[in-house]
Amino acid sequence: MDLTTRYLGLELKNPIVVSPSPLSEQIDSVKRMEDAGAAAVALHSLFEEQITLQSNELDANLVQGENSFAEALTYFPDMGDYKMGPDAYLDHIRRAKEAVNIPIIGSLNGVSAGGWLDFAKKIEEAGADALELNVYFIPTNPGMTAQTLEDMYASIVQSIKKVVAVPVAIKIGPYFSALANVAKRLDQACANALVLFNRFYQPDIDLETLEVKPDLFLSGSNELRLRLRWVAILYGSIKADMAITGGVHTAQDVIKSMMVGANAAMLTSALLKHGIDHLKVVLDGVVEWMEAHEYESIRQMQGSMSHKKCPEPAAFERANYMKILTEYTPQTPSPMK
Amino acid sequence: MSRPVRTLDGNEAVANIAYQVSEVAAIYPITPSSPMGEWADQWMSEGRPNIWGTVPLIVELESEAGASAAVHGALQAGSLVTTFTASQGLLLMIPNMLKIAGELTPAVFHISARTLATHALSIFGDHSDVMAARSTGFAMLASGSVQEAQDMALIAHAATLESRVPFVHFFEGFRISHEVNRIEQLLPEDIRAMIDDDLVYAHRQRAMSPDRPFIRGTAQNPDVFFQAREACNPFYDACPAIVQKVMDKFAALTGRQYKLFDYTGAPDAERIVVIMGSGAEAAAEAVEYLMEKDEKVGVVVVHLYRPFAAEAFLSALPATTRTIAVLDRTKEPGAPGEPMFLDVSNAIAEAICDGTSPFDKMPKVVGGRYGLSSREFTPAMLKGVFDHLKEEKPMKRFTVGINDDVSNNSIQYDPDFSTEHPETVRALFYGLGADGTVGANKNSIKIIGEDAGLCAQGYFVYDSRKSGAMTTSHLRFGPRLIRSTYLITKANFIACHQFSFMEKLNVLKCAQPGATFLLNSIYGPDEVWDHLPRTAQREIIEKKLKFYVINGFQVAKEAGMGGRINTVMQTCFFYISGVLPQEDAIQSIKKAIKKTYGKRGDAIVQKNWTAVDMAIDNLHEVKVPSEVTSSFDIRPPVPPEAPEFVREFTAEIIAENGENLPVSKMPVDGTFPVGTTKWEKRNIALEIPSWDPDVCIQCGKCVMVCPHAAIRSKVVDADSLSNAPEGFKSVKAKWKNFDGKLFVLQVAPEDCTGCTLCAQTCPAKNKEEAKLRALNMVEQAPIRDRERDCWNYFLSLPQVDRNALNHNAVKDVQLLEPLFEFSGACAACGETPYVKLLSQLFGDRLYIGNATGCSSIYGGNLPTTPWAPNKEGRGPTWSNSLFEDAAEFSMGMRVTVDKQRQYACELVKRLESVIGGELAQALLTSEQREEADIFEQRKRVSALKEKLAQSDSPDAKMLLHIADFLVKKSVWGLGGDGWAYDIGYGGLDHVIASGYNVNLLVLDTEVYSNTGGQCSKATPRGAVAKFAAGGKPAGKKDLGLIAMTYGNVYVAHVAMGANDSHTIKAFREAEAYDGPSLIIAYCHCIAHGYNLAMGLEQQKAAVQSGHWPLFRYNPDLIKQGKNPFQLDSKAPALALDKYIYNETRYKMLSLSQPELARKLLEEAENDVATRWQLYNYLANMQCEPTSDTPASAEATE
Repeated sequence: MDLTTRYLGLELKNPIVVSPSPLSEQIDSVKRMEDAGAAAVALHSLFEEQITLQSNELDANLVQGENSFAEALTYFPDMGDYKMGPDAYLDHIRRAKEAVNIPIIGSLNGVSAGGWLDFAKKIEEAGADALELNVYFIPTNPGMTAQTLEDMYASIVQSIKKVVAVPVAIKIGPYFSALANVAKRLDQACANALVLFNRFYQPDIDLETLEVKPDLFLSGSNELRLRLRWVAILYGSIKADMAITGGVHTAQDVIKSMMVGANAAMLTSALLKHGIDHLKVVLDGVVEWMEAHEYESIRQMQGSMSHKKCPEPAAFERANYMKILTEYTPQTPSPMK
Repeated sequence: MSRPVRTLDGNEAVANIAYQVSEVAAIYPITPSSPMGEWADQWMSEGRPNIWGTVPLIVELESEAGASAAVHGALQAGSLVTTFTASQGLLLMIPNMLKIAGELTPAVFHISARTLATHALSIFGDHSDVMAARSTGFAMLASGSVQEAQDMALIAHAATLESRVPFVHFFEGFRISHEVNRIEQLLPEDIRAMIDDDLVYAHRQRAMSPDRPFIRGTAQNPDVFFQAREACNPFYDACPAIVQKVMDKFAALTGRQYKLFDYTGAPDAERIVVIMGSGAEAAAEAVEYLMEKDEKVGVVVVHLYRPFAAEAFLSALPATTRTIAVLDRTKEPGAPGEPMFLDVSNAIAEAICDGTSPFDKMPKVVGGRYGLSSREFTPAMLKGVFDHLKEEKPMKRFTVGINDDVSNNSIQYDPDFSTEHPETVRALFYGLGADGTVGANKNSIKIIGEDAGLCAQGYFVYDSRKSGAMTTSHLRFGPRLIRSTYLITKANFIACHQFSFMEKLNVLKCAQPGATFLLNSIYGPDEVWDHLPRTAQREIIEKKLKFYVINGFQVAKEAGMGGRINTVMQTCFFYISGVLPQEDAIQSIKKAIKKTYGKRGDAIVQKNWTAVDMAIDNLHEVKVPSEVTSSFDIRPPVPPEAPEFVREFTAEIIAENGENLPVSKMPVDGTFPVGTTKWEKRNIALEIPSWDPDVCIQCGKCVMVCPHAAIRSKVVDADSLSNAPEGFKSVKAKWKNFDGKLFVLQVAPEDCTGCTLCAQTCPAKNKEEAKLRALNMVEQAPIRDRERDCWNYFLSLPQVDRNALNHNAVKDVQLLEPLFEFSGACAACGETPYVKLLSQLFGDRLYIGNATGCSSIYGGNLPTTPWAPNKEGRGPTWSNSLFEDAAEFSMGMRVTVDKQRQYACELVKRLESVIGGELAQALLTSEQREEADIFEQRKRVSALKEKLAQSDSPDAKMLLHIADFLVKKSVWGLGGDGWAYDIGYGGLDHVIASGYNVNLLVLDTEVYSNTGGQCSKATPRGAVAKFAAGGKPAGKKDLGLIAMTYGNVYVAHVAMGANDSHTIKAFREAEAYDGPSLIIAYCHCIAHGYNLAMGLEQQKAAVQSGHWPLFRYNPDLIKQGKNPFQLDSKAPALALDKYIYNETRYKMLSLSQPELARKLLEEAENDVATRWQLYNYLANMQCEPTSDTPASAEATE
């Protein structure tokens, strides 16, 4: 049975790729991911904003109280060197590359134009096999138009493609008025892959403390459907590869992802929930399903249920919505016993 | 040979040598020598080798006594060993110094000489410490400049090996230890050339070894001890010649020739000053100046003070000498003269008697004292001394530099006399600690001294307060060697980096005519004039100053620098001072920024560079009007209603005029009135809290956590606010027993530091706008006047009756008057809320013995002190003895309290007929467990005193003087973890074992905070601290657990931010327990490295993570059959890394050595788990009642 797939120009032994999460911060964990069957690992993101924040924090905390009081002109020894900026992350890429044989994908979240380019180059130089751009931008400014925002996305890809030779994927969210057009523009900007979709963590409100709190909740398989729909729609319309991320938890989720046309299925929440060894469960499940259903290869199924190739394309369009509504039967609560 | 030119301070210069010629250093922190140990520890952690290619081993001990013992042991075992210390630290080393010298062991102790504590502590420099060690048998070599300090350090190490006499190498604390100066730095090959390995082998050969055993350190008897003591004489006789030989070798190597006694002056001088240390530099400057005026003067600079080589000394003096003033930087009350004066007198007298004198006539020798505690010593004073020597009968003993109008032995001098060279640029900078002025100036000196090749000197004067601290930087630059070891009084450049200083001080007092003045001002060039006080306007006009302004804060803010204006102001200085060509200066500044901040990340470099680029565009010259126009002047340092002592004494110090106070104004024994901080309105907060009474729930948490007692509350009668000033707020009191009354909460606007702890801790949120609370920070300036009136009105309102309050409840405790207010502690200090609480609960009957450290500095440093009386005139009585002895010092107080009470009781019984049986019985039997009982006892004592006053009997008179001891007293020892865990641990252990009712409060910041963050045994595993630059590998000592093993000690582990009620309960139980108590209080600290506004949150995290479990161990419960150990916090629920990585002390290790940090984190997690398991076991033990343990009525679960 042939589980191989091609994603970002990389030949993968199977379609399961680990998406960025704190799990990949330990080299041991990356090694365990390989052992459990991952075909590639996209490392946790390098956040430019975090690097700046870290520098500013360290500086502010070291200078606090400095040269103010005769008996204590400083409060800390001079450490000689700090692994500031991207150094620790770049080291991590190097060490991950040394530790495993599967492709390592660097992930970058930039803020400034200079930051995107500089860090992208450094990630490539550190040995990453590919780069995933994690564009996490909340357009809070009412003066910013959709056009401006979309131009910005395209511009980031274009400029980074000019300075790095490794394949570049861009991970985007679903909140575009004209998503297909955005995908097309990113494709034209020479993105090697689109990763659909970023899960923007939504803050919650603590009613006791009246504070807005960031709250990490893990994805569920139900989130997969949005991804399936859009990959199905985009399949065949763009040259770029596609990976599905968000909602991939089971072997069935992987198979569905392949069928709608994804080149890779990325998962993290399932690993956070069940542990890294869950990769093996999923992979075994894929094999089992393929055997049971007599599929010979992943490539055979890729795109088979896309908008263009599925038996009922309208199901991916608005009619789908109408169908659900017309078939919906309200549940009557059970009488109290 | 080309040697690097470096600008560095004396401590670094000396440590650099000591490190390279040593194999072992045993160290302990003490100001001002701590940086030498810090450098050594840091170099060790970086793997820097010594001249033999091996990395020295640097070990921290628990005290200087321990350090000297470790030095002694390391020497005996055959290593080359050094140590660094000063002041009381040197005193603690004396016993081992006697041993080391007695055993003729080569060693060098580097001493940044510091004042010994007498009537007061002082961190500053003089020779009183080294003079106290002069009988140890150590040779003593003095340095007077940074260059000399480096050179003499090496000479000492070389000479000790050959002579076998151990050396004290000393240089004045701060003036040399902290002065930054340009020196030629010795290369490792220079050092190598000076050290003879054969002498090293000989030292090793003399060392202890089981391979060739001997015994050393025997006990000897009258038959031989004396002779044996004399056996060392040849070594001391030979020592001076060896030192001179080494000096000559050094001169051949470097070109710098030193003599045991260096002479500068006219060959035919008649008037001579003999001096050693940094004063010699000023003396040489004065002599050279006076020689140009054909004055026949000279100065003998003493380098080798012990062994005192009389012959060499005499040969240094011109035969024409007529009068000699020997200047000592120490004082020995009761002695016929100061030590060096006696040595010189003796040398001359003996030479005259022996007929070996070079003089044709016995010169007149007089002794003078100068410069105690870094008191300024200037060429003007030297000229005063030389002038005085012209007199027919100069004073035999005199002082110079002060006005002694009591003993009338101070000589006069002309303070305007100056030897400053016109080619030397003299720049004065007034800044705030927080704005980075000093750091920028240190960089400027490096730029000028190392890049531009000019001579450069920097000396920095700091505030004694830790918040809102003013810094003054004195910088000299120029082509000529700078030997001016004194402050600048005639500046040709003055920069004031904080506009608010203009209102407080005449910052232009030292401006020379035609000088340049740079002011950081929010007012532009066209409007600034009207905002200057009259004094400043007059100075600018009369001295024809060139005046520039820049809105440094605006530029810094736009560059992303926040309030750090250092780079902006530094750029302006270079631009307008013309010290360097402008382009070169800009490039050098940027290079220095990259070097200084590069390792903190590119973002820091970039924003500093941006600030440099923006600075010049925003710099403006002010067109100076021809007339003084301002309607206001510098405001008085204290208000006119302040007490006389404060107006005449304290105010002068606040106004930077303390040096002009005469001796007659000084308390003779170091005794000062209390409660003086309230008169010094520092106005250091940019923002202060504003109270919203409608949102407030009156919980009292803000009042409890305020480190400076600057927010207070009262409950008052509803009709008592009829004359309240405008803006005074009140709201219905939410107390059952205060129904119908009003609650008022008021901020002291001019005393608040703006730390925001109160607003952060406020739990009440505005329901309409959730970002607002009952306390919200607002700009101080616009509301200052209104709030000042409100504060004064608030103070006039009556305190709530203490007996009407529940002293266990935070809500009620807020209404107890704090008797510790407006201290000089850091903004958001984590210690002072506990100290203040102590004053609220027991202040009117409180004795405090305070260990030296942060709490003694913010508690007792002049000009103003925070311990205050209540309106009855009662309040905490406070004293500081030493660093190491607060427990024993406090126990001494307790013993006196017990003894005097016992004696008073005996007298009451004896005088029962005079007093009356009923009153006498009541006085003797009152247990005084509650406030009300104590109140009643005070009334009884008043009645007793009235009766005693009518009696003439000796017993009645005696009882009258000690009757107050009949009222229960509370005795507390206070100090930090350095005291309790390390240097004072032996005493603490003894005191808690003694059974005496002494309460010890450990303000545990887990580091030596006051001396700049050195590792203590309280420092947790994995935290970076000085002396633990690689992260502390060992776990924190469990002091509480150790104390509990005694069984009869009340022990509590508290963290106010995690549980304030628990803290109050522990304080009250400790005080009620009739035996020793130990409270270990978690204190967030600036040395932890995070925004201290989050200090209380971090305390919570410390408890939630299990790092700081809350518990109480109350022996009184044993008698009740209950488990004395009560675990008061829940099992760890927060991952340890979520707590520790909020703090730079941990984070910096994870950024520099991530693998090590991870390993130490795992071990620390294990510590937490193990400790919790043990505590949980202890908390669940079943206990049987015992009959032999005293029970206290306060014991609660």
